[in-house]
Amino acid sequence: MIIEGRVIKLGDKIDTDIIIPAKHLKYTEPEYLAQHVFESIDPEFHKKAKGAIIVAGKVFGMGSSREQAAIAIKAAGIKAILAESFARIFYRNAINNGLPVIVCPDITKEVDEGEIIKVNIESGEVIVENRIIKCKGITGMALDILRAGGLIEYLKNLEENR
Amino acid sequence: MSKTLTEKILSKASGKSVTPGDVIEVKINIVAFHDLTGYHVIEVMEKADMMKVHNIDSLVIAFDHLVPPPDVRSAEIQQYIRKFVKILNVKNFHDIGYGILHQILLEKYVLPGQIVIAADSHTTTSGALGAFSQGMGASDVAAIIITGKTWMTVPHPFKITLSGKLKEWVTGKDVALEILKVFKADYFNGMAIEVFVENPNSFPMDYRATVANMGIEMNADTLMFIPDEVTIDYIKYMRGIIPRNILPDKDAKYIDEYTMELDKVELLVSAPHSVDNVKSVREVAGIDVDYVFIGSCTNGRLSDLEIAAKILKGRKVKTRCIVIPASWNVFKKAMELGYIHTIVEAGCIVTYGTCGPCIGGHFGVTAPNEIVVSTSNRNFIGRMGSPQAKIYLSGPSVAAATAILGKIAEPGDLK
Repeated sequence: MIIEGRVIKLGDKIDTDIIIPAKHLKYTEPEYLAQHVFESIDPEFHKKAKGAIIVAGKVFGMGSSREQAAIAIKAAGIKAILAESFARIFYRNAINNGLPVIVCPDITKEVDEGEIIKVNIESGEVIVENRIIKCKGITGMALDILRAGGLIEYLKNLEENR
Repeated sequence: MSKTLTEKILSKASGKSVTPGDVIEVKINIVAFHDLTGYHVIEVMEKADMMKVHNIDSLVIAFDHLVPPPDVRSAEIQQYIRKFVKILNVKNFHDIGYGILHQILLEKYVLPGQIVIAADSHTTTSGALGAFSQGMGASDVAAIIITGKTWMTVPHPFKITLSGKLKEWVTGKDVALEILKVFKADYFNGMAIEVFVENPNSFPMDYRATVANMGIEMNADTLMFIPDEVTIDYIKYMRGIIPRNILPDKDAKYIDEYTMELDKVELLVSAPHSVDNVKSVREVAGIDVDYVFIGSCTNGRLSDLEIAAKILKGRKVKTRCIVIPASWNVFKKAMELGYIHTIVEAGCIVTYGTCGPCIGGHFGVTAPNEIVVSTSNRNFIGRMGSPQAKIYLSGPSVAAATAILGKIAEPGDLK
């Protein structure tokens, strides 16, 4: 699967309290969460998120287990996240909600805010203008869940195929 | 082949001999959630149309985040979970008043060598008892409740040895912050930390729980203390049973190791807005503070209250001060030992059985530009309320001394 989008760049150690603060965790509706994603650092974030790809530094999504962090980012229209590394829980939450997350060492040095990039989520190839950057594609169990459209659909498929 | 504790536990749970990097399916011994993530877990089960529990004995539920409920929506969330508890006949259910999930897991449920997964990142706390424990999101936890298992990548085990003895007023929190100071928040990503205590009695269970709790702030997959006599004694004291122990092999291979000399650890704080922005108390001493919070799954245990009470005894606080014991059990013992009396006399508010202001939910959220010293685990922007507040994280002795002087201080600064 190839995903194309405009880059929104974020730094290292983007934590879940920044993505969606605890006061919004009493709700799981994607439309509601999308309105509040990253609101404490940029109240307008949800307006520019549609169709974009986030490029970030180390341990993206560190902190709490709140699945709303992944739901909010996806619902705001972000197509994928490329980060130098991900926090383990966030990575799983993203995959479980059908949001592609790709580990890309040094990616923040390779692409700039606003650039249009193409990402092959299986092979991990990222195309920026005429350059190809090699990242780690999504494989194995994570790819199976992502292809099913998330963990709920994956579980349903397992049940049906029994 | 010799195995680390991580490899032993995951080999047993997956039914094959594992090595780091393997993607495996494991059976889960304990699966848990609290109110704030729990309703989400149940929603996922409903959406999947799989309202069934693989093993009802392995499921633990405790209300702690929205306790007591501060608004109608919170009360509704708890009502919804109580219905689930009733319909599925969940036995291990702790309604409001029992305490914080991670503390209850330590007091009543977890055994060395188990795998514990809960819908909360601070599930690493159970590593204090030598269990492979970690947080997961609502969907993963729902899938575990339904199937009894999950998939994971075997982390690379890293060995930390604690040698010597801590100085007065220096506690487990300072050890956790020292690890974060040395390694920073991204180093342990994909690793499992195994902590060996050279002199077991020099590092009590409460300190172990604090360090294991902060394992997630190190971004470790899990942080386990190798079970020793302190572990066995704790479980025996709390539950009247003697657990079977599990140890790593003597010549097990670790990706790397680090020895910390406890005698050299100073009183530390995490300065805003990152847990690994660690400074010695001396570097930030004198900063005016509005509000002190002592509590949470990190530092709301008996030894934390004991230290706070020792420092607060016969003195009055200058800041606002909120103290929250982590469980009913801790609260009761602290009452019997007179700590609560001392803390209240000093001018602090005491409540219990809740995460309180740690997640900025209620019971003392912050206003813009306020400066807070908190014994909790995260000082991220907006964590305790206003994004303009500044949070310093510390252990109980620094928090109590700060409350008395109204500025960041350590016990030695008190006359």
